[in-house]
Amino acid sequence: MSLPKKHVLGILADNLKLRKSVLPLSRRALTRWARGLDIPYGGETVLYTGHMYQLIPKIGAMANRMAKFEDSWIRRWMGLGRVINRGINLTRFMAHAKRKERRAYDRVLRNIALLLREAGVEFGYLYGDEMYSGALLHDQGIDAVLLPHARRLQALFAEHGVRRVITVDPHTTNMLRSVFPEMLDGFDVEVRNYLEVLADYDLPVKNPLEMGLTIHDSCVYARYEDVIDQPRQLLARLGARLQEPELSGKMTHCCGGPIESLFPGKAHEIALKRVEQLSATGCAVAVMCPICMVNLKGAANGDGPGFFDIADVLAGAVLDDPSPVRQTTDERKER
Amino acid sequence: MAKVNRKFIDEVGSRFNASACMSCGACTAICPMETGMLPRMLFRFTMLGQDGKIRENEDTIFSCLLCRMCEVNCPAEVPIAENVRLLRGYFDVHVFDLAR
Ligand code: SF4
Ligand code: SF4
Repeated sequence: MSLPKKHVLGILADNLKLRKSVLPLSRRALTRWARGLDIPYGGETVLYTGHMYQLIPKIGAMANRMAKFEDSWIRRWMGLGRVINRGINLTRFMAHAKRKERRAYDRVLRNIALLLREAGVEFGYLYGDEMYSGALLHDQGIDAVLLPHARRLQALFAEHGVRRVITVDPHTTNMLRSVFPEMLDGFDVEVRNYLEVLADYDLPVKNPLEMGLTIHDSCVYARYEDVIDQPRQLLARLGARLQEPELSGKMTHCCGGPIESLFPGKAHEIALKRVEQLSATGCAVAVMCPICMVNLKGAANGDGPGFFDIADVLAGAVLDDPSPVRQTTDERKER
Repeated sequence: MAKVNRKFIDEVGSRFNASACMSCGACTAICPMETGMLPRMLFRFTMLGQDGKIRENEDTIFSCLLCRMCEVNCPAEVPIAENVRLLRGYFDVHVFDLAR
């Protein structure tokens, strides 16, 4: 059984209309990752997070809560929940992200900014003025609500003279690069993902990776945006021994994430299947999407070889900080 | 016999495009959801104007991952994920009243 679509989708659509995001977070929560990095405000080239990494710890907590509702009597009260949510942002109180999780996802964003800087790329950031891309509503076909939001985002770029955008996740990349140019007249911002940008540079190798790594390709990168070779090139240049799982590249297997908000049970089954394929290689897994990360990690439940965001892996080899990947895999070996 | 609703295809929208589908079933065979219904049968129902059959399959339509595994294997290059998305749009407007 699914959660009541009319009400769940209604709440998400109302939030985007009224609060500019499907799950609104405070300005502080959205920009905390950039604290102390002195990234200039705005500019012709901006790093655009699209809020995905900041939202994921909250989405993960919400998904756990919603999975409990799937077969419970609470389903029947979701219509009332939607009415109340129009006046008071109920989604704010429904579930709270764990601090450790928030920090881990913030660290990924920091690492992306530091890697770009290390490569010599100049960029700004729109801080609290940045907006969610609307990817979730697009997936659900709610174009009537998405369109005015897309126009707001176009106006934001125009107001700030943004001409080039560096994205950090597959879903925002797809929205800005493929969906909005089809949906909006005159949306002509150049959009590249940070992996594509970094692949153009020879990053200095401070701590060669010298480890086996399995790549989990995101469906959206691999089959919508053709981002397949760049992550492999980057990891191989830094010394990783790449292992391909049973399904990879153009034939990658989904993590289950896209149906998490309506069918948490089925999403979990798909994630388990993928975890099995990835674990069979016996190597740590590099993941490129926060949605994949939360689903795969949740399904693995602490078992298996460990899941790491590719930005953390790259940062471990290129930046002076020790790699969280190397530390954790060493710890696992010692156990 | 299922009732045919000729208006239905207009309500799904002119961007719905499965006319090249030759009903080979490659998509259904490879779909990780393993429903037997996604996506080929839905396209048949839509093109035949069987809105009742589409409404019966609401859960199937919303459980598509939009992962495009099927599209990579489709010999007719049918824009499968976009078609599924447009079917969702039909529900959003005509069943869930989310268009406003
Ligand atoms: S693979 Fe393509 S042509 Fe074959 S049934 Fe599916 S949509 Fe139709
Ligand atoms: S896009 Fe939908 S129909 Fe196609 S393979 Fe993925 S889940 Fe199945």
